[in-house]
Amino acid sequence: MTDETTDVVQDGEVTSFTELVGQTHAAAELKADAEPILTVENLRMYFPIRSSLLKRTIGQVQAVDGVSFVVPKGGSLGLVGESGCGKSTTGQLITRLYKPTGGSMQFEGQDLAQLSNRQMRPLRRDIQMIFQDPYSSLNPRHTVGSIVGTPLRVHDVVPRSKTLARVQELLEVVGLNPEHYNRYPNEFSGGQRQRIGIARALALQPKLMVADEPVSALDVSIQAQVINLLQDIQKEFDVAFLFIAHDLAVVHHFCPEVAVMYLGKIVEIGDRESIYSNAHHPYTQALLSAVPDIKQAVTGERRERIRLTGEVPSPIDPPSGCRFRTRCPIAQEICARHEPPLLQIGKRHKVACHFAGRLGEHPREPLTARLLGVDASGQPDPGASPVTDLVEQPGYADTWFDLDQKTIGRA
Amino acid sequence: MSGAARPVEGEPYLAVEDLTVRFPTADGLVQAVTDLSYSVELGKTLGIVGESGSGKSVSSMAVLGLHDRRSAQITGSIKVAGTEVVGLSESKLRDLRGNAVAMIFQDALAALHPFYKIGKQLVEAYLVHHPQATKREARARAVEMLDRVGIPQPDRRVDQYPHQFSGGMRQRAMIAMGLINDPSLLIADEPTTALDVTVQAQILDLLQDLQREFNSAVVLITHDLGVVAEVADDVLVMYGGRAVEYGTCKQVLTRPEMPYTWGLLSSVPDIGADTGARMIPIPGNPPSLLAPPTGCAFHPRCAHKDKVPGDLCSTTLPELLPGSEGERHVKRCHLADPDAIFAAEVLPEIAPDLVEEPR
Amino acid sequence: MFAFLVKRILSGFLTIMLVSMIVYALFWYGPKSPALQLCVQETNGRCGPTSPRLADYEERLGYNNPVYEEYGKWVKGLVIDRTIMLGKTPYECPAPCLGLSFRDKTLVSEQLKDKFPVTVSLAVGAASLYLLIGVTVGALAARRRGTLADKLLVSSTLVFSSIPYYLVALLSFLLLTLNTSIFPDVAYTPLLDNPAKWASGLLLVWLVMGIFGATSYTRYSRGAMVESLSEDYVRTAKAKGLSARTVVVKHALRSALVPVVTIFGLDFAFLLSGTVFTEQIFDLEGIGKWGLDATYIQDLPVVQATSLVLAVAVVVANIVVDIIYSFLDPRVRLS
Repeated sequence: MTDETTDVVQDGEVTSFTELVGQTHAAAELKADAEPILTVENLRMYFPIRSSLLKRTIGQVQAVDGVSFVVPKGGSLGLVGESGCGKSTTGQLITRLYKPTGGSMQFEGQDLAQLSNRQMRPLRRDIQMIFQDPYSSLNPRHTVGSIVGTPLRVHDVVPRSKTLARVQELLEVVGLNPEHYNRYPNEFSGGQRQRIGIARALALQPKLMVADEPVSALDVSIQAQVINLLQDIQKEFDVAFLFIAHDLAVVHHFCPEVAVMYLGKIVEIGDRESIYSNAHHPYTQALLSAVPDIKQAVTGERRERIRLTGEVPSPIDPPSGCRFRTRCPIAQEICARHEPPLLQIGKRHKVACHFAGRLGEHPREPLTARLLGVDASGQPDPGASPVTDLVEQPGYADTWFDLDQKTIGRA
Repeated sequence: MSGAARPVEGEPYLAVEDLTVRFPTADGLVQAVTDLSYSVELGKTLGIVGESGSGKSVSSMAVLGLHDRRSAQITGSIKVAGTEVVGLSESKLRDLRGNAVAMIFQDALAALHPFYKIGKQLVEAYLVHHPQATKREARARAVEMLDRVGIPQPDRRVDQYPHQFSGGMRQRAMIAMGLINDPSLLIADEPTTALDVTVQAQILDLLQDLQREFNSAVVLITHDLGVVAEVADDVLVMYGGRAVEYGTCKQVLTRPEMPYTWGLLSSVPDIGADTGARMIPIPGNPPSLLAPPTGCAFHPRCAHKDKVPGDLCSTTLPELLPGSEGERHVKRCHLADPDAIFAAEVLPEIAPDLVEEPR
Repeated sequence: MFAFLVKRILSGFLTIMLVSMIVYALFWYGPKSPALQLCVQETNGRCGPTSPRLADYEERLGYNNPVYEEYGKWVKGLVIDRTIMLGKTPYECPAPCLGLSFRDKTLVSEQLKDKFPVTVSLAVGAASLYLLIGVTVGALAARRRGTLADKLLVSSTLVFSSIPYYLVALLSFLLLTLNTSIFPDVAYTPLLDNPAKWASGLLLVWLVMGIFGATSYTRYSRGAMVESLSEDYVRTAKAKGLSARTVVVKHALRSALVPVVTIFGLDFAFLLSGTVFTEQIFDLEGIGKWGLDATYIQDLPVVQATSLVLAVAVVVANIVVDIIYSFLDPRVRLS
């Protein structure tokens, strides 16, 4: 097990800055040719709303509505978006806390969406979850040893007599003192509790971890500790991460690939470069411009933000056409009539916008009109031949529509 | 402006000097804030940065005299427009609270009473400092304030309960309530922490607009250096109940001189950063306020103490002294030449793209 | 809110039906024949569990018919007048008919009309008293949490509630009225006949029950108050410059009342059914005493009636608590 990780945490053991730097990681790199471990296609989750008296279904919350993506083996995909965008529900569907309304989730040759709870049980070893709140996700009446050891016992991973040794080993991996296995969660700080949660998730040597806001409840200095620990673990054990967070900066560091969600749909997905330096969706652009930036202090000027007006509409009754149009600074008629398809516009870059373009360079005419067989305002165009196979595929195709050249790009 | 406190020409509106706040508990004396001094002028914003337990909230609550007299020992001086707040009678403090000095809190859902309509809570805040006003006037004022903070249909929303508002709207309502009596000093305790980034941006913009309009002094408490960079004129970094670095926003964020500030900067990745940038954590955990470390409170977690001769860091508390950039920028650290270390060691790791840039 | 109430009333109705069925079945299938009491009474004791007379009585009282048929008759009697044959005499039993007491062949509903007000008077008086004392003292103690006064109060409530209730009741009855007449004699006068007499006759009982009940309410409300005083919104209220009184009463106490009301609702239902000790000790003819006596002698109609009253009381109290909730907490009302 790694000795490096332990040093970062234990008090009084830092000797020099160089040593400290040696224990940290630069931003995670993309492994472009990695095999997918999880392929999600057209995933949907509608929660029924029932009337209070007769329990009739009177509506649906469309929490996740047709989401497709790929998590590569040993890689990480970041899922970002604001509260209510469906990113946490997506994570909960993958860990099968809910059975999805539709779509598929291919994991190691099996479709998680189709499995019964019973069939799902052996797979739960391979897919683990790290939760946001280190205070409520650990049972206060159980010792750390029993919290981390329970999954080992339930799944019969190691002989009973070896459980303790394995627990201590795991505690060491996550940078906790292995002698503290008989302490209770309340004896640990927030950051240490999050480490306990990670040790528990790691106990079964999962292939995929769903981390739902794993650092947002922690102090700033502790966040960096936990992110570095997760990077250690990823390198050491080749675990893939679906990393769900609202903090774009943390995702930038941890995830070479990012999907941006809005109101149950992916509006833009791509590698780090495409999303952070070359965003084409107005929502992604607004989101990025809203992140407070320390560099402003360097330049001394205040950056102009794209101000989003209004509020996120209700997922019970989402807007017609493009769901972002009610708050979009560049929305036109077509946006209310047609939902923009998630078009591939780069080698690893897809965007769902009729007017996709760099900030300030959005086209005047909808790019998608011809594909949809309509005119610029979205009315049916009798002369056009709509493309019929606009189904969203997870992953990326070898060819795409290059917006700069107005031609088909090729890998 | 109403209320007892009136601004004095040329003086800072809020002047805190040698503030110490202690809480005797069964486990011992909690030294929440020790020897803290700062000041804020009208029209200016001070950002107080620190992690949980750094004393940033405790010190600000002392400005309003919100600590229980029986459980808190407060010494030092807090002057609001020349009026000493420490030791002020409860009734005089009440005149100040919500009137000349207002406070808005993190998590508006918890900070607004769940059982009362938004309007009623605003009206209550107005009437307590305008006893001569009628209910109708107070309600009109509440609607006006909700409108001013950008709540749509304020005349309808005024009759709704907090849980019927979205997170951003609740925080706006909280701000409306804080500003209803035109305070000269606004203390905002993590006002955007629980909010989404786009909503946070809206709230920060709103706070800045309102500050310009009312020319008030603002103390913004946050853990987020990015937020500070957006809105603050001055920055005070707190650690273990003490100020460890204090200067203008530009000085502290571009030429920080204290390893804790470096640690905060290196813990937060930048969204525009080079992919070679590292996220360098501060090792260990925040100190106990019951038994703070000897010497410099930060020394057990400091990665640069090897550059200070002997065991100075663990034995002697460094004074808050000016560094290389003049009187206005002070730091509490034994390092002889922090600027050089920051430029040569820290910056290349956390922002490799900034190193070549001439400053 | 309306749909919610309808739902609660419907489920409450079901609860009441279920309780009455269970009580009915318990006696029907119980070890002693329910006809035994009447048989023993009318034959001057010449009736035993095995005697042929008992079989005769069982036949006449309908205990040889299927149970659902007899239960059906009982339920029907609640809405329609009914004629009941006890022995050879027919008795007219107007709706709501709860049957006839086997002991004295009086209408159970008539007796209930006499006894229920006694218990209600006891319960309402005592409950108002302990709620008032408990909440006030609890709130004051919470405000002064950790001080000597608070500690004294908390420990004294503990001491008080560890003394057996009947001991206090009995002693105060003996010492304060019988021996010294510090308090007026305990007696029940209907409220509408003479309100002053009604109050004075029950004063001591109320005080004993009230002070005793107040000890636990002091602790509940102190706990709830301590919690609500540490809420963020109470800090906000202080920061607005409100007076300490407004902060405590309007902001902290209002939310502290929610858990207290919950406990109170359940308590009150039990109070209505079971002031047994109190009624026994102070010799008041209330529901509790009546039901207990009837249980000893297997007086089925009376037992059935008193358990029905208890079930109704529990259900009504729960619905009332829900309504009070919705007044206290708009989130309940609007969701």
